[in-house]
Amino acid sequence: MDALNQALAGIPVIGIVWQAVGYLVAAATNPTISGQVLFFATPLILGAMCGIMNERSGVVNIGIEGMMLMAAFFGFLGAGIAAQIMPSDPGPIFGITIPLLIGVLVAILIGMAVSVLHAWLAITIRANQIISGTIINIFAGGLTGYLHALIITPNPGLGGAIFASWQPPADLLNVPVLGWAVNILFAHGPIAITSLIVVVILQILLFRSRWGLRTRAVGEHPKAAETVGINVIRVRYRNVILGGIFAGLAGAFLTLESQGHFQLQLTAGRGFIALAAVIVGRWTPVGAFAAAILFAATDALRIAIGIAPPTGELGTVFQIIPAQFYQALPYIVTIIVLAGVVGRSTPPAADGQPYERESAT
Amino acid sequence: MTDPAPALEMRGITKRYPGVLANDGIDLDLRHGEIHALLGENGAGKSTLMNILYGLAVPDSGDILLDGEPVTIKGPADAIARGISMVHQHFMLVPVLTVAENILLGEETMANAVFLDRAEAHRRIVELGRRFGFEIDPEAKVGSLSVGWQQRVEILKALYREARILVLDEPTAVLTPQETTEIFDVLRRLARDGHSIIFISHKLYEVLAIADRITVIRRGRVVGTRLPSQTDEDDLAELMVGREVNLVVDRGESHPAQPELRIEGLSITDDRGRIVVKNLDLEVRAGEILGIAGVAGNGQDELVAAITGLRRPAEGRVLLSDRDITGWGPRELTDAGVGSVPGDRQRYGLVLSFSIEDNLVLTSYYRPPFASGLVRNDEAIEQWAEESIRAYDIRTPAADVMAGTLSGGNQQKVIVAREFSGQPRLLVLDQPTRGLDVGSIEFIHRQAIAKRDAGAAILLVSAELDEVMELSDRIAVMYRGEIVAIRDGRSADREEIGLLMATGGREPLEAVTTTMSVVE
Amino acid sequence: MSSAAPVPTGPPTTTRWRGGLGAFLATAKVPLGAVVLAFAFGSVLIWLSSLVTNHQLDLTLPLKAYGAMLEGAGITLDPAAAVNGLVNTLVQSGPLVLGGLAVGVGFKAGLFNIGAQGQFLMGAVAGAGTGAAVASWPGPIAILAALVAGALAGGAWGFIPGILKARTGAHEVVTTIMLNTIAATFIGYLVSGPLLAPGFSFDRTGDIGNAALPILFGTRNLHLGVFVAFAAVPLIWWLLWRSTLGFEIRTVGANPDAARYAGMRPGLITVFTMSLCGLLAGLAGAIEIIGITHFVNASYGTSVGFDSITVALLGQAHPVGIMLAALLFGGMRAGSGLMQIRTQIPVEIVDILQAVVLLFIAADVIVRRVFRIRRAGPKVDEIETVSRSYGAGTTL
Repeated sequence: MDALNQALAGIPVIGIVWQAVGYLVAAATNPTISGQVLFFATPLILGAMCGIMNERSGVVNIGIEGMMLMAAFFGFLGAGIAAQIMPSDPGPIFGITIPLLIGVLVAILIGMAVSVLHAWLAITIRANQIISGTIINIFAGGLTGYLHALIITPNPGLGGAIFASWQPPADLLNVPVLGWAVNILFAHGPIAITSLIVVVILQILLFRSRWGLRTRAVGEHPKAAETVGINVIRVRYRNVILGGIFAGLAGAFLTLESQGHFQLQLTAGRGFIALAAVIVGRWTPVGAFAAAILFAATDALRIAIGIAPPTGELGTVFQIIPAQFYQALPYIVTIIVLAGVVGRSTPPAADGQPYERESAT
Repeated sequence: MTDPAPALEMRGITKRYPGVLANDGIDLDLRHGEIHALLGENGAGKSTLMNILYGLAVPDSGDILLDGEPVTIKGPADAIARGISMVHQHFMLVPVLTVAENILLGEETMANAVFLDRAEAHRRIVELGRRFGFEIDPEAKVGSLSVGWQQRVEILKALYREARILVLDEPTAVLTPQETTEIFDVLRRLARDGHSIIFISHKLYEVLAIADRITVIRRGRVVGTRLPSQTDEDDLAELMVGREVNLVVDRGESHPAQPELRIEGLSITDDRGRIVVKNLDLEVRAGEILGIAGVAGNGQDELVAAITGLRRPAEGRVLLSDRDITGWGPRELTDAGVGSVPGDRQRYGLVLSFSIEDNLVLTSYYRPPFASGLVRNDEAIEQWAEESIRAYDIRTPAADVMAGTLSGGNQQKVIVAREFSGQPRLLVLDQPTRGLDVGSIEFIHRQAIAKRDAGAAILLVSAELDEVMELSDRIAVMYRGEIVAIRDGRSADREEIGLLMATGGREPLEAVTTTMSVVE
Repeated sequence: MSSAAPVPTGPPTTTRWRGGLGAFLATAKVPLGAVVLAFAFGSVLIWLSSLVTNHQLDLTLPLKAYGAMLEGAGITLDPAAAVNGLVNTLVQSGPLVLGGLAVGVGFKAGLFNIGAQGQFLMGAVAGAGTGAAVASWPGPIAILAALVAGALAGGAWGFIPGILKARTGAHEVVTTIMLNTIAATFIGYLVSGPLLAPGFSFDRTGDIGNAALPILFGTRNLHLGVFVAFAAVPLIWWLLWRSTLGFEIRTVGANPDAARYAGMRPGLITVFTMSLCGLLAGLAGAIEIIGITHFVNASYGTSVGFDSITVALLGQAHPVGIMLAALLFGGMRAGSGLMQIRTQIPVEIVDILQAVVLLFIAADVIVRRVFRIRRAGPKVDEIETVSRSYGAGTTL
C-alpha cells in the first residue's frame, strides 16, 4: 500500500495532485484540524440559519453581517460589564459563568432588535431589501466603531472570559470513528454544539411542520397564503425576528466562545459567506450546513498548512504560494462555488418582493 | 310554506375606490344548490364585489346575509370559516408545493401540535376527488400539473374546507373547450350536492350553458337578471356593454399577396430541453392575418420568441421575404421590418418608469433621426412622440409622463404606435388585447386590419378564440408544437376549432380520460 | 425610498428637464430632511456620550461640536481658516465623488456595486506601483501612466463580478464583498513582495517621484486630482442622459426583459457598467495615492469604498446629487478633526451620522411625516436593484 502511494506520488504532474489529495485526507482525519473546521463553521452555520429564516419567508437579508457584528460587540460588552459586577468563577460544564450567560443573552436580544429594524424596513416600509440590509451593515460598523473608541479603548481590561470546551472521557475518545466525531463535537463550546442541533431541528420543522409549510408558502406565493387566511405580515415579522436569534448567537460565538476580545470589523465578511452558503445550499438548512463546512474547510486549510506544511514536491509548490493566498482562499472559494452553483439554485419565488396587503383586516 | 332563505344575499353593496365607484348599490342573491352567473366586462365591478364577499375588501355600505343572517366578513379566514370559498382567476397555488400541501395550507390537518398529518390528509383528498369524479395524486407537485388539473386542485381546496358557497372567478379562462365541459360536469354535481355556486365570467355562451340564473353587471351596477331560457348572446352582450354591440368587427376582404413569413421545419426546445415546437411549417402572406388558435402552453410562446429573435430554434428555418432570418436577434429583425407586440406588455413591451417618449423609441433610439452615433437627438424624439400620440389617440396629459401612469389600453397603444409605424413587413401580435376595455380592443383590431390592408403580413397569437375567429383570414390550430389544421377564417366552425385545440384532431374523445394528466 | 410597485399612484409626474434633473430636484427634499434628522440624532448621541465618559450633561455640546465641524470644513468668517477648510473639504470630497459615481452608475444599471472598496484599493496599489516604476519619467506622462494603471486595475476588479453576473447570475453583492477582502489581502502580498521598496522601516511601495500630482494655487494639499474627480460629474451625466449607451444602461436597470426585447444586450451592458464603475473607483484610488499619500503600505485601508455607497444613496444615484452628497461628507470628514480636538468626540461619529442618514432615507416615511413632505407623485429615477434576489430568475 505504501509502495503504491510512493509510486503514484512519483508521477511527474499527476503525482502532485495525488500528494495533494493525500495531504488533504491526512488533514481531514487529524482531529485538531478537522475540529478547526467546526470552529470556523459555527458562525457561518448560524448566520446561514438566520438567512434561511429570513429568505424562506420571502425577505432578503444582506444585513446578517451587521447583525452579527452588533451582537458580537454588545454581547462582549454585556459580559464584560457583568464580570465587573458579579462573580465569575467558571462552572464545571463548558466553563459557564453568569457574565458569559448574560453576554449571550444580550447578544441574542441585540440580534433580535436589529432584526426588528430590518423587518420593519423590509415588511412595513417596503424599502428595497438589499439596500436596507446594506444600511444595517454600515450602521453596525459605524456604531460599533464609535462605541469601541468611546468605551473599550479606554478600558483595555474589559472582557476576556470565554466558554471552555468540555473534555469527554478518554475511553470514548478512543472509539474509532465515533471518538473522532465526539472529540470534534465537544472540543468547542456550547454555541458550536447548538448550531448543529439548530440545523437538524430547522430542517425537520421546515418540511414537516405547520410552521414550515406556512413559512414556505409565504416565501413562494404570499398572495396564495393570504387568500387561505394566513397573515403574511405576521409570519414574516415573526420569522425575521426569530432569525435574529441565530445571528445573535453567531455574534456571541465570535467574542464569547472563539476569542475573548472584540476587534473592529470582527466579522470579516462571514455574514456574506453565510449568505453564499444559503444560496449554495439551496435554501435548506442541511444544504447550507454542508456549504458552510466547505467554506470553513478552506479556512482550516490555512491552519493545516501553518502547522504541518506539506513536504516533497507538493511542499515546493506550496512554497511558491504566498501566505496571503490562504487568507483570501475562503473568499475565493466562495466566489467560485457561488458562480458555479447559483444558476441552478432557485430562491423562494417571492424572495425580496415587498408584499402589499389587500385584506380588510 | 315559505321558501328557505337564500344561501347568500348581498344588499345594496357600495364600494368606492379613489377615482372610481366600483360597486354602486348592488343586490345579489344566491339560492341553495344554484349556479348563478355574474356577467360583466373587464372593470365592471365583479371582482370588487367578490373581494368584498371574501373579506378582501370592506364595503362602504350594504349588507351581507348568509342563510338570512346578517354577517360581517372580516377577512379570508373568516370567510372560509363561514363556508365561503373562492377559486381565483389567477390560481392561488404554490407551484413548488405538492397538491396536498397546497390544499392543507391554512387548514392544516395536524398529527399533533407541531407536525402535519400527511396520511390523513392524503386519504381525505383522494376521497374528495373520487366523490366528484376524478383521481388525484396528492404528492404531485402543483407546478407540474396541467392547467385543467390545477383548476381541480383549486376546487378541492374549497371542498376540503367544507365550503357551502363557492365563488369561481373566470374559471374557464385557460381551459380548452373539452376541459370546460368536464369542469361544468363537476360543478353540476356540486350543485346537486347542495353547494351554491357563483360563476363569474365574460364568456356569453358558457354562461348560457351552465347557469341557472344570470346577473349582468355594468359599471358597478346590476343591469339585469335573466334566466338562460329568456335570453341569448346578443341580449346579454347588449346588457353588458350598454349599447348594441357589433360582436364581429367588419374586417372586409383580404387580398393576400406573396408569402412574407415562411417557417420551415422549425423545431424549438424549451429551457428544460424538451421539444415544444416540432418540425413546424407555416406561411403568412402579405396582406393577410393568420391567427394561431391553441390552448396556452402548446408551443406558441416559444414560436413567437423564435420569430421575434428572443430564442434560437434547434432546427429549421425562418424566412422573411425569402431572406433567411433564422436566429437573428431582435435588433436585426426590427431593422428588417419586423414589429412585435409582446404578450406581457408591462414586462417586455414597456419600461414603465420611462417617459412615453422614451418608450416610443425603445426599439429605434439608436437610429437616425433619433440618434447620430452615440448622441441622442431629443428634438426628433419629442416631435415624433407628439405625432404618434395624436395618430394613435393615446390619452395622456403630456408626452413626457411616465408610461406607468397610463391605463392598460393606452399603454398598449404606445406599443402599437411604436411597432406599427414605419411600414413593417411582418407584425407579430401576441395576446394584443388581453385585459383591455372594449373601446381599446375595437381600436386595436381596427388598426390591425388597416395594416393588413396596407400590405403587412400579420401573425396573431391569442388565447381568446373569439379574437382569433374575428380577425383572422386564415386560422391555424397549434397543438403540442405542431400545426394540426388550417382553416379559412370566414367558414371556420367554432366547435371544430375547439376540438382541434383540445385533441389535435388525432385522439378520439373517449381517450381524454379523467385521470391526472401531468405535463411531461 | 420605499420601493414603489411599477404602476405608481398619484398625479402623473413629468420627466421634463431632461437628464432627470427635474425628478431629482423633486425628490431632493427627502435626503435633505434625512440629513437634518441625522444631525438631530447625532446631538442625542453626543449628549449620551458625554454622560458616559464625563459623567456630565453639557447641553451645548452638540452645538460646539457641529460648529467646530463647520469651521474645519471651511465655513467660518476668518478667510485663512475658511480657505484652509474649504480646501480640506474639496480634497476629502474628491475620492467620494468618483466613488459615489462608481456606485451610482451601477445603481442606474440595476447593479449594487458594494465592491467600490476593493476596486478603489486595486486602483490605489496599481497607481502606487506604477508611480514608483515611472518615478523618473516626465511629469505629465508619469501621472498619466499611474492614473491609467489605477483605472485599469479598478476596471478589471469591476469586470470580474460583472462577467460573473452576466454569465452565471452570481449576485454582485456577494461577489464584490468577497473581492473586497481578496483585494485587501492581495495588497498585503504585493506590498510585501513584488512592490516592496527597499530602505524603509516598514513594508511600503516606492517613491513616486514625478508621478505625484501637482499641488495647486499654493495650498498645502489641493491636488489636481480633485478637479479630475469633479470633472467626471458632467461627463457621467452626459453619458447617462445624452448618449444611446446611457439609455441602454438605464433601460437594463429599469427593466432588463424589455431591454432584451428592444434588442439591447443586458449581459454586455452589465459587464460594461461594472467595469466602468470599477474604473471610476480605481481612478479614485490612484488619485488618492499620487495626490496625497504617495505610497501604499501593506495594511492600507480606507473607508472611501463604503462612504461611496452612502454618497450614492444620498445623492439618489444622480451625478449632481452625488456631487452634493460627496461635498457634504467630505466636509464632515474635513471638519471632524477639529471637532475631536475641541470637544473630545471621537471622529467615528461621522460614520454613525452617515449610517443614520441612510436609515432615514430608507425609512423615508419618518422624514416625510416630520417635515410634512408629500409624495411628489411617481418617482422617476427610483433606485432599484435589478435582481431583488439571487441566482436563477435573472434574465440576463
